[in-house]
Amino acid sequence: MSPDPSEAEARRALTTLVRESGRDVLATLVHVTGDLALAEDAVQDAVLRALEVWPRQGVPANPVAWIRLTARRRAIDLVRREAARSGKEQRSMEHPVDGLDEEPSPSMVEDDLLRLVFTCCHPSLAPATQVALTLRVLGGLTTAEVARALLVSEASMAKRLTRARQKIKAAHIPYRVPPDHELPDRWSAVLATAYLMFNEGYAATSGPRLVREELVDESVRLTRLLVRLQPDDAGALGLLALELLQDSRRDARVDADGRLVLLADQDRSRWDARLVGEAVPLVGEGLRRTPARPDRYVVQAAIAACHALAPSYELTDWAALVSWYDVLLTIDPGPVARLNRAAAVAERDGADAGLALVDEIEGLEEYALWHASRGALLRRLGRDDEAAAAEEAAAGLPMNDPQRLLLGA
Amino acid sequence: MPLYATIIYSQDVDWSAPEHAGDTAEYSEFSQSAAAIIRGGAALYPTSTATTVRVEAKGGAPISTDGPYAETKEVLTGFFLLECADLDEAVAAAARIPAAWNGAVEVRPVLPLM
Repeated sequence: MSPDPSEAEARRALTTLVRESGRDVLATLVHVTGDLALAEDAVQDAVLRALEVWPRQGVPANPVAWIRLTARRRAIDLVRREAARSGKEQRSMEHPVDGLDEEPSPSMVEDDLLRLVFTCCHPSLAPATQVALTLRVLGGLTTAEVARALLVSEASMAKRLTRARQKIKAAHIPYRVPPDHELPDRWSAVLATAYLMFNEGYAATSGPRLVREELVDESVRLTRLLVRLQPDDAGALGLLALELLQDSRRDARVDADGRLVLLADQDRSRWDARLVGEAVPLVGEGLRRTPARPDRYVVQAAIAACHALAPSYELTDWAALVSWYDVLLTIDPGPVARLNRAAAVAERDGADAGLALVDEIEGLEEYALWHASRGALLRRLGRDDEAAAAEEAAAGLPMNDPQRLLLGA
Repeated sequence: MPLYATIIYSQDVDWSAPEHAGDTAEYSEFSQSAAAIIRGGAALYPTSTATTVRVEAKGGAPISTDGPYAETKEVLTGFFLLECADLDEAVAAAARIPAAWNGAVEVRPVLPLM
């Protein structure tokens, strides 16, 4: 039943190429027609056609041009049909036909992609909808694939995406890069959506698998696009570095039985050195671009890099980690960052020092890992009764199944 | 350009009462500064003056009840119709309506009727 690996790989490469080209064509088509749903339909048809024709006839010399032409014909068809239905023939007809005749330059395509990013991550759409729409529109996933990646039924995903498209159209959510005074906030919202997507794949909040690889791959791909579109932005560089560093531990993080393996117990030879090698210079680049005020993703990536570069858990530079956490707390004084800092302090200064800090943190009573951290530190201090109570509290809170297995619950 | 209804939810107030003169002044300020995009609007009397109407079936006799459709802390107290280029512009305008800081403003695109 399973195809041989080289063929599977070839098919995957083809799918990526098709999707990549499809995304570029879509961005232009949305810009020209101003109609996301119509552009999506046209590109979807062209992509399906490519996946059908290319394996038989070979990949065309210029795959993007092939998809653009096919999608354009389809778009014109759809516009005609729509126009005939609504009787607004004259006006809507000229539009797409004109704009699609010329081959857009790469920088025009990038501008269109950036506009589309801001539309998909518009704050008037719920975060979960932004993630789904981004996967569909910029990731080029089919509705069924988006549904699978986000663990919802295809029917409800189709409904959610349809509502989102309807809102974009009816409420006139613009396709444009926000003006300068709004840009920083809107760009952070884009990065937050990309990171939400990554986390949903990397540490699923529920469900049977700890890592949903396809979602992780998609979000890294999206973040690469964001870096390409805003190459001077420290946040995008930091986010890409952070994702690559976390992802470099993918194989070591879960054992053969699907159990989560703690950082201290991971087989570091299974970390992906290639990803670490790509990410570490990005951290440096990100730091150089934010001399005045550090960026949260860059700092989080620096923390991940400290771990990635340590030869063993014991030889980790805990003092450097505590310092990075101190920097992080100046940007994000939230309880989760404090919990992570406390864990680093426990390694640097001992379990009692760490526990004192963990106990000071308020607002994590509903967070399983806070109780689990307390439990682990109490165990190290030989306070087994209190440790058992903390572990029990952790077990009663929401976790994904591998986390639950790790905590023995 | 598209039309948006910016629907104002706030504490139930009697705009006509003298103690709310300050509030209405704030609204006049908005109305003047946004005159170029305002296409209509109204302030509503308090919900104590509302009558909710239903009929058993189309053409049936009205069944009236005293008060608003839903009993909530923040109620519909007025609306503006705004003509804006897109949602971003409508949201920016809605943020200047006093209810944005004294309640909430719901921005809804208006369905064009022929």
